[in-house]
Amino acid sequence: MSPRAKTALEPAKTNPDFIRNFCIIAHIDHGKSTLADRMLQLTGVVDDRSMRAQYLDRMDIERERGITIKSQAVRMPWEFENQTYALNMIDTPGHVDFTYEVSRSLAACEGAVLLVDAAQGIEAQTLANLYLAMENDLMIIPVLNKIDLPAAQPEKYAEELANLIGGNPEDCLRVSGKTGMGVDALLDKIVQMVPKPVGDPNAPARAMIFDSVYDSYRGVVTYVRMIDGSLSNREKITMMSTKAVHDLLEIGVSSPEPEPTKGLGVGEVGYLITGVKDVRQSKVGDTVTTSMKPATVALKGYAEPKPMVFSGLYPIDGSDYPNLREALDKLKLSDASLVYEPETSVALGFGFRCGFLGLLHLEIITERLEREFNLDLIATAPSVVYEVTLDDKKEVTVTNPSEYPVGKISKVLEPMVRATILSPKDYVGAIMELCQGRRGVMLDMQYFGTDRVQLRYDMPLAEIVFDFFDQLKSKTQGYASLDYEENGLAEGDLVKVDILLQGEQVDAFSAIVHKDKAYAYGVMMTGKLRELIPRQQFEVPIQAAIGARIIARESIRAMRKDVLAKCYGGDISRKRKLLEKQKEGKKRMKMVGRVEVPQEAFIAALSSDKEKKGEKKGK
Amino acid sequence: MAQFPKGELAPSDGLLPEQAKLNAEQRTFHAYIHVPFCKARCGYCDFNTYTAQEIGSSSQSSFARDLVSEIDLSRQVLEDSGVVGRSLSTVFFGGGTPTLLPAEDLIEMLQKLRSVFGVEADADITTEANPDSVDEVYLLKLKEAGFTRVSIGMQSAVTKVLAVLERTHNPDNVARSVQAAKTVGLFTSVDLIYGTPTETIEDWVETLQQAISLDTDHISAYSLIVEPGTKLARQIKVGEVEMPDEDLHAQMYEVADELLTKAGFVNYEVSNWSRSVETRSKHNVAYWKSMDWWGFGPGAHSHIGGVRWWNVKNPAAYTDRLRASLSPALERELVDQANQDIERVMLETRLAEGIDLAWLKSKGFGTQEVISNLIASEVIDGGAVFQGVVKLTKKGRLLADYVVRELLG
Ligand SMILES: Nc1nc2c(ncn2[C@@H]2O[C@H](COP(=O)(O)OP(=O)(O)OP(=O)(O)O)[C@@H](O)[C@H]2O)c(=O)[nH]1
Ligand SMILES: C[S@@+](CC[C@H](N)C(=O)[O-])C[C@H]1O[C@@H](n2cnc3c(N)ncnc32)[C@H](O)[C@@H]1O
Ligand code: SF4
Ligand SMILES: [Mg+2]
Repeated sequence: MSPRAKTALEPAKTNPDFIRNFCIIAHIDHGKSTLADRMLQLTGVVDDRSMRAQYLDRMDIERERGITIKSQAVRMPWEFENQTYALNMIDTPGHVDFTYEVSRSLAACEGAVLLVDAAQGIEAQTLANLYLAMENDLMIIPVLNKIDLPAAQPEKYAEELANLIGGNPEDCLRVSGKTGMGVDALLDKIVQMVPKPVGDPNAPARAMIFDSVYDSYRGVVTYVRMIDGSLSNREKITMMSTKAVHDLLEIGVSSPEPEPTKGLGVGEVGYLITGVKDVRQSKVGDTVTTSMKPATVALKGYAEPKPMVFSGLYPIDGSDYPNLREALDKLKLSDASLVYEPETSVALGFGFRCGFLGLLHLEIITERLEREFNLDLIATAPSVVYEVTLDDKKEVTVTNPSEYPVGKISKVLEPMVRATILSPKDYVGAIMELCQGRRGVMLDMQYFGTDRVQLRYDMPLAEIVFDFFDQLKSKTQGYASLDYEENGLAEGDLVKVDILLQGEQVDAFSAIVHKDKAYAYGVMMTGKLRELIPRQQFEVPIQAAIGARIIARESIRAMRKDVLAKCYGGDISRKRKLLEKQKEGKKRMKMVGRVEVPQEAFIAALSSDKEKKGEKKGK
Repeated sequence: MAQFPKGELAPSDGLLPEQAKLNAEQRTFHAYIHVPFCKARCGYCDFNTYTAQEIGSSSQSSFARDLVSEIDLSRQVLEDSGVVGRSLSTVFFGGGTPTLLPAEDLIEMLQKLRSVFGVEADADITTEANPDSVDEVYLLKLKEAGFTRVSIGMQSAVTKVLAVLERTHNPDNVARSVQAAKTVGLFTSVDLIYGTPTETIEDWVETLQQAISLDTDHISAYSLIVEPGTKLARQIKVGEVEMPDEDLHAQMYEVADELLTKAGFVNYEVSNWSRSVETRSKHNVAYWKSMDWWGFGPGAHSHIGGVRWWNVKNPAAYTDRLRASLSPALERELVDQANQDIERVMLETRLAEGIDLAWLKSKGFGTQEVISNLIASEVIDGGAVFQGVVKLTKKGRLLADYVVRELLG
């Protein structure tokens, strides 16, 4: 199919009347990136030869996992009723950990395509993202996707969507990102429905930074949406929050490859390059203006995403510590939401306590550190942030369970979330049981159509962090979807459980848990360690304790045999090599008191692999 | 089949590097002859051995002739490499099953060694034997040709255990062959295996008692090793059989040591017991003392002055090389001084006479702290340390590899 618009509108000179800024939002996997692919092709910005699936998912990790992590903005030409338009499309991630990416993207748009998988229907993140879009006053275009699927039920879900956002079921467009069916009609509809951007072309320039990415070739690339005035090449610009002045080395639009332009005008979306090397100097949410004619009032920025989940990252090879620091510094350049500070663990040595937006974020950062920087890491069990008040009124913030204060504690506050679960109604009982077991308090229950139910719960974040998603999926045969948002702090009846090896506390295994779950944690952890730690020359008791009180115990019997029976002439070289290997292995042992614990035991004890799989790909 | 270690390629003329000849006059010289044939392969075995079905029987009939040409080659190589000529202190025929060959073939090879190198008057000359494959006539021939000792693969006295091991020999033949060997005047030894799947402690005691009642001069008892690539390894992997746990192995070792000691045997190496110093396996002791030996035959390993090499494994390839006047050596490894020291600790620690503490210290092994910890955990003999020797205790014998690692630091 040849693109409809023969020539694109020239950036910097585009009349805002002919600009349409929109994003595609949806639950994870409902097909945003695939729909974006068809738009790229149909508008001709990517030719058929260069096309590949989920074109905008550029990071290796995105491609491997088939999910979008970073939003991507693209300028595309489109002709409607003999008028050429410039469409700025932003593909967003669907996973709950990256909701902040969606919020930022929304602020750069006037409209949102709300995409719903016609075989799945409305899911938890559909609702969450719809809510965000409405809060931002965006024009919502409901679209049913994947209508090529035999299991698609467009009538049913059009009805549900209409009930949700108003309007008629017939207004709901039906497309297939896979076959391209209905996508041209959708683009036409975007032109018709999405309001044009409004701004004062003659006012001092104000551009909102909605993304900032480090690129090893180009330095920091800052993505902006022009609100008022214009920016042009070679100008001096000012960051309004810091008053820092930079030279504008390059300005342009992504189409989807970077295309330098003379400038950007009102309503346009594009990128800036100033030569800065650190994304913190070009912060998301900041306002860019010109140094010559600076604006006086900055745009309303975004709330910075707060880390929700903490974990200690340690190099398996202690000598990699400086490399880990360097790697974190580098990742931080393109991921401002990553926070970390040095910490030491008796068991694991030197490492960093890192804050993440959620479990998937943790997993992705760890994987990138391992892959892109060639590090072998151990991550301690994820933990949330506790606010502890001591009897003497002193307050302590705890991000690492082993730093939980000992002594008289008057109050512990833990972070809460409001969780929304959508599921076929048959599983309601199982979900309620699960949530109750996780200290959830039900707020309400609401039907969508005849067979889907939405349950809302207030729940401690810590309960979600610990394999909740996996459990939810397995109890509902994969049908339930989950979304959650922060919901303040609440007092909890919490205790710290320590794990002791031969009387020595292993800091990496300490956990803060609800009083009623302490015993179960103790039994689980001591049992796991008994399996994982090899026998030593002496008996090793393993205990779980709350303070001085032992709540569970196991023991590893002393090793009785460590000798190869035969050693003939031909065995000698082999045996020496085996010895060398064992010596190497010993180097990878961590000493806890006199007990040699293999790294693998720490890794295995700290990872609950079920949990990881579940988070990778939500349905 | 046993994986060979990775080494550099050996030269086609077999010539040895400089280090081989150094101080050779201070080391004794030994010959090992590998006969790579068996009637059937036992499930646990990863030795370099073949059945007639696998390679045909012709290779067996021409085996002695080819091996004899390696003996000629070895003499040439040693001479050309400047290694002093020494007569042989021990000769050992192992396998495989050397006694599958006619006694005349074994004798031919021994005679060749005699004529080429000379064999010392008091030399130990041993062959391994399968209980089914020897009788008095056969053994008498060996005895008359100068053999002194026969080592019989008994493994177990319990039918069920033999079945799991896939040993095909008739258990009654063990006593018969030992008796025959004694009658003709050979020293005798039996090899036992314990810790076989399904084997109980009672089964093992039964085996020990029967072995003791044979009244041999020597007994070896090995805990079953699951070698990668064997049928046994596969059976364990798929859950067909289950290996007994380490504690049972340890208990079986302790029982063996107890019963054998009571019967008058003295332990002299982790897995070996002998009635007297004279009846020890002098050939194996030479391995553990890093002496020089030439291993003849397919896949055989040799060691001369820190040079270790090994022959091609396949009997046909072995023959082809020799017939083309090429060395059958496949790869070799030059063990440097530091690694020779490590090997010495690894091997001599296993011996009852122990290892010299002053030597260990001079090499930086066995720091004060390590030695005192080893004494405290009762794996080495505290009294012996004051005599300047590091010696394993009975508990320590079961933890010998651990002690070695600790000593090496
Ligand atoms: N049959 C069919 N499959 C589709 C269609 N659109 C997308 N898919 C498939 O659905 C899966 C998810 O598609 P993506 O485009 O990656 O979904 P997404 O919404 O971008 O996912 P996230 O970015 O992770 O939230 C892929 O396997 C696509 O091939 C469609 O119209 N029809
Ligand atoms: C060189 S082997 C072969 C001798 C002879 N072919 C036989 O099987 O009787 C000598 C001894 O090593 C022991 N052995 C062989 N394989 C073993 C294994 N996998 N684990 C423990 N001992 C083993 C057996 O006791 C065997 O008798
Ligand atoms: S008889 Fe000995 S060498 Fe032959 S297969 Fe059995 S164990 Fe291996
Ligand atoms: Mg996507």
